[in-house]
Amino acid sequence: MALTGVQIFKLLPKTNCKKCGFPTCLAFAMKLAQGGVDLSACPDVSEEAKKTLGEASAPPIRSFSLGSGEKSVKMGGENVLFRHDKKFINPCVLAVNIADTLSDDELAGKAEEVAASELERVGQKLRIDAISIEYASGDAAKYEAAVKLVADKAPDVALILNCKDAGAAEAAVKAVANRKPLLYCATDETAEAMANIAKTNSVPLAACAEGPEALSLLTEKIKGLGVEDMVLDSGAKTAKEIIEHNTQIRRSALKKNFKPLGYPIINYVIRDDSTLETAIASVAIAKYASIVVLSSVEKWKNLALFTVRQNIYTDPQVPMQVEQKIYEISEPTADSPLMITTNFSLTYFIVSGEVENSKVPSRLAVMDCEGLSVLTAWAAGKFTAAKIAQFIIESGVGDQVSNKELILPGQVAILSGALEDKLEGWKITVGPREANALPTYLKSREA
Amino acid sequence: MSYVVPKESFNGKVLSVDFGKDDKAISVGGENCLPFLSFEGDLPNRPVIAYEIQDCPPDDWPDTVKDVYKDVSGDPVTWAKHCQDNLNAKAIALRLVSTHPDRDNRSAEDAAKTIKDVLAAINVPLIILGSNHIEKDSAVLVAAAEAASGNNCIIGKAQEGNYKTIVAAALAHNHKLIAMSELDINLAKQLNILITQMGFDKSKLLTDPMCSALGYGLEYTYSVMERIRLAGLAQNDQTMQPPILGDVGIYVWKVKEVVAPEADLPEWGALEERGIAWEAVTATSMITSGTNLLIMRHPKAIETVEKTIEELT
Repeated sequence: MALTGVQIFKLLPKTNCKKCGFPTCLAFAMKLAQGGVDLSACPDVSEEAKKTLGEASAPPIRSFSLGSGEKSVKMGGENVLFRHDKKFINPCVLAVNIADTLSDDELAGKAEEVAASELERVGQKLRIDAISIEYASGDAAKYEAAVKLVADKAPDVALILNCKDAGAAEAAVKAVANRKPLLYCATDETAEAMANIAKTNSVPLAACAEGPEALSLLTEKIKGLGVEDMVLDSGAKTAKEIIEHNTQIRRSALKKNFKPLGYPIINYVIRDDSTLETAIASVAIAKYASIVVLSSVEKWKNLALFTVRQNIYTDPQVPMQVEQKIYEISEPTADSPLMITTNFSLTYFIVSGEVENSKVPSRLAVMDCEGLSVLTAWAAGKFTAAKIAQFIIESGVGDQVSNKELILPGQVAILSGALEDKLEGWKITVGPREANALPTYLKSREA
Repeated sequence: MSYVVPKESFNGKVLSVDFGKDDKAISVGGENCLPFLSFEGDLPNRPVIAYEIQDCPPDDWPDTVKDVYKDVSGDPVTWAKHCQDNLNAKAIALRLVSTHPDRDNRSAEDAAKTIKDVLAAINVPLIILGSNHIEKDSAVLVAAAEAASGNNCIIGKAQEGNYKTIVAAALAHNHKLIAMSELDINLAKQLNILITQMGFDKSKLLTDPMCSALGYGLEYTYSVMERIRLAGLAQNDQTMQPPILGDVGIYVWKVKEVVAPEADLPEWGALEERGIAWEAVTATSMITSGTNLLIMRHPKAIETVEKTIEELT
């Protein structure tokens, strides 16, 4: 069972040395109880305390990084089953599987394709994070050469060594050990040999068994052999197995604090049909996978999967915001109408969507109100006449329009008088209360 | 400590709603567990996908999805028959777009005639949707409900501003009803209560908590749906137990990602595949979070989601 902050405090040195970054041992203990910090941050903790606290303070799902360097990706550490309860923390790793039977040119081409997969979407840089190199040739020397080639051509991408043969895996892991690859995978038969390779090279190891129960026995066995960083493969292949196994694993870890399944999950979702593979991958992303391995990484597919991953891993308690600026819709001219709204992403999406639907070229001034919707921002004093006036003046939009007219959301019609006073030379017009009335409104203005 | 399958059993159950008639009738809902978790509950009905058609040519649909219907979309009857006979649609959703005052502003009588013609041509169940104009929809859907009397259709959408007349029409002509609110579990609950207070049987209701496209608020819809499901199952909240509708196509087929040509944005890849994936991933996310009935547009996206449902059940 998890210990309380006070129980943990009793086991700490109580020196208030601040080396952990917290002002007092008690503050550190409290944070430890919430799982927000690792015990290793305390340099003076006794061995005995470590042992007692280690088990109890470990997060329910182990967290560690895949790969090395700047673009290594953190996995695990999740605390909830539903994203409306609390943010899902570490976005799922997206990987592509390639076989070592490809020619050197093909391997290099794939590696470079992944290395160049980065896209930017609403301010985040998103990419294919890892390459899984599959041992399909049956030739250990060829496998090692392929792994080295891919590692070389994709220097920032994490590696998964998809090799169930311990003999072939050993040399390949050693060759790229500094890249912290994931060794995939150990089965019940190969557990000793694979655990030995993982331990010797300090790399994480995937455990693979048929179903969560067999898997829990295997991870215990591997842990007994001295490997701490593990990834789980329950053998889930169909979408049903993925959603059921992953749910059972996450629930066991979180609700029963069942340590043998308290590790990140990997799902291979490979299908012949790339669009179907995209849909199945989206199920795995929503339902608890920490690594999803694909068979191909077309640009359209990456964009869809990056976006669904971003959506699912958005913090539900922090309103999504869009950038404060004057958005141009359907190529406006100097005579086009100018509307204003707040920067809550949903408000922006709905309003801009309706303006687009109207097909009336327009400008939409989106004002930073810390991600609040129009009425909430008004009530919170962030969408006031003075602040709107300041934003409109500083934006310089007045120089782009021939008629200085600003259309205000109908919900805040009350601001129009004050705004007309503050915004000299501007005409303030009250628009519709709801966004869905915008197309009618904008068209009627044109007529 | 050995492994025990972590099962959850709920007191609540999603209501089962049927629509259509005779051997083509379909039921949705009825499960007593979270989506697709058959290890701990029963899911008697799999999610159903209805093909969306409309009563006027889809001039405002992007080319990717407009072109696949170009030979049939000039006439709603031909279009409906094409979906049923050639695409094996299990259900059809007819949107009465042309009745919108900003479109052709066609009359409720015109809409009634279209519905009669379509119903005469098909035998799969029909969903009848207004143009999402609050005032006009009350008139159009009343006429539509009468025209479709005896066909056990789903009609909608009843919203806060017009539910009274639409509920009365569904009640009088024995149809199922979509109650739509805007991305807020409390609004969804409140509207369901208002509608049932009019004497409308809650087991004839579907909840539409408003769909959003991938990348455009999908996470809000996703979480509102999960919360509605949990309220209905775990808290046994009777007002949150109608099946959920996901009106996917109309929200997807307007966003930049399904419209922008590859020539303009080479880093986004092929436009056709991108659009299809956008609709398929949006719909898949909806069924993962609780949707029982989907309305979609592109045949390839529908085929992909059908295969995904096949794998999930």
